[in-house]
Amino acid sequence: MIWSSFSDFVDMNGYGIYVWGSFLVTFLLFYVEQRSLKLFRKQIISSDRS
Amino acid sequence: MAPLSNINILLSIFKRDITLAIRRSSDTFGAIFFFVLVVSLFPLALGSETKLLQQIAPGIIWVCALLAVMLSLSRLFNDDFQDGVLEQLALSMCPLEMITFAKVIAHWCYTGLILLLISPILALQFNLPAHSIQVLFIALLLGTPSLSFIGSIGAALTVGLKSSGALISLLILPLLIPVLILGTLAVDAATTGMHYSVYLYLMIAFAVLSSFFAPIACASALRIVLD
Amino acid sequence: MQTKTAMTSQPSKSIHWFTFAAPSKFYFLAKKLIPFFWLFTVLLGITGLILGLLFAPTDAVQGDSYRIIFIHVPAAWMSMILYLAMAFWGAIGMIFNARLAYRISNSIAITGAIMTFIALWTGALWGKPTWGTWWVWDARLTSELILLFLYIGYLSLYNAIDDERKAAKAASLLAIIGVVNVPIIYFSVKWWNTLHQGASITVTKTSMDSSMLLAMLIMTFAFWSYTFATVFTRVNYKTLDEESHTDWVQKELSNIRVLK
Repeated sequence: MIWSSFSDFVDMNGYGIYVWGSFLVTFLLFYVEQRSLKLFRKQIISSDRS
Repeated sequence: MAPLSNINILLSIFKRDITLAIRRSSDTFGAIFFFVLVVSLFPLALGSETKLLQQIAPGIIWVCALLAVMLSLSRLFNDDFQDGVLEQLALSMCPLEMITFAKVIAHWCYTGLILLLISPILALQFNLPAHSIQVLFIALLLGTPSLSFIGSIGAALTVGLKSSGALISLLILPLLIPVLILGTLAVDAATTGMHYSVYLYLMIAFAVLSSFFAPIACASALRIVLD
Repeated sequence: MQTKTAMTSQPSKSIHWFTFAAPSKFYFLAKKLIPFFWLFTVLLGITGLILGLLFAPTDAVQGDSYRIIFIHVPAAWMSMILYLAMAFWGAIGMIFNARLAYRISNSIAITGAIMTFIALWTGALWGKPTWGTWWVWDARLTSELILLFLYIGYLSLYNAIDDERKAAKAASLLAIIGVVNVPIIYFSVKWWNTLHQGASITVTKTSMDSSMLLAMLIMTFAFWSYTFATVFTRVNYKTLDEESHTDWVQKELSNIRVLK
């Protein structure tokens, strides 16, 4: 482990915003994609869908 | 009465499209006036410094030409679709690919050709040197057919849809980026005194390829939509 | 839709390529595979991230901002591969008139678009500390932006047409045309890039430590796995939706409802 503390890890030697900005948006998009699939599934299963 | 050969069918389609374009001249020329107006807006917006205008001229004229052609494309097949003429054309003995070819040539005549002819006047607004205006003319001559051909694919895919104008632009503009780049590079090269012929040769190649493949794609699209 | 296996009367050891062209066969195969893809996604993802974020050394030139590549590079690769796959399945659909192929093609589109956006977003966030600006008209970045436009065009066309079959076919045709154009677009953008001053970017070739490379590879496989899980799921849901009039779907739906 190259980080000596958790705050070092989050800070990423000054590049924290960029690195975490990237990771967070990525996971957010994946999460949204999966939520919309769940929603789709709910719509299909509900018997009202013609 | 002339024998019903393919050539005659194509000629009559060509004549019909031109005639219709002339009849609804307000629509046809709407795109042209759009071109002229928007191109003229840029010097107003950006100032009249000669050097700046010369630099931005090729880009602006080309982009506006693209947009004007995109605007005019939604009528290419939609009107015929509404009256059922398109289905009849699809059923005729003449291959649909050739019919679309004829329609696109007609389309070029009432859009690209006219844009091309006005372009020298507009280029003067930007103080482009005479040599550059020549090259711009040739570049547009070689490029606008590609715009019509590739644009026709977009028009065919969106037949019958509402607000197809914006959708056609969305679908087709990315595919036309090579024409845009080549066209502007050619004029830029001419203005700065570099060699420009290579860009023109590539535009010829693009035009030839698109005139061959686009009708095929266009006919496929029409068959999908008319199904 | 008849499967080709129905035609063979004697037992044969040959692979029946078209067995899974039937939506029902594909559905149950995919259903079995999806949990494994998710498992791999999680395992590979966690491994890759731990290796990349916690153990890979700080880069001498770029500092720690390089760690974005663990997402940027896999996403960029996926965005390009998925466009090819989308066009490929669209072509298969058109050649064999197979609606499952169209369905696979359509299901890839959204995931591909998301990958492209991620590639662009992470690219910008990587560019800022590395090159000083959020956006650079570098040939590859510009081509990636155009790729996003191609995906958006595909999705717009697909959503604009009401008839499902027509929408699927039209969008597939567009994807095929796009794929043919992509090399031309890339070439012309590259040319444009080299001729306009100020847009040339020298990507400093940092020699990658082996742990960086390994983490990047693991993340690439994680992205692949995520894509398979997601696309297969979407294909299956679309199958349930579009074939809901068939008996097997009705049975499957009632099974699902019972389990809920």
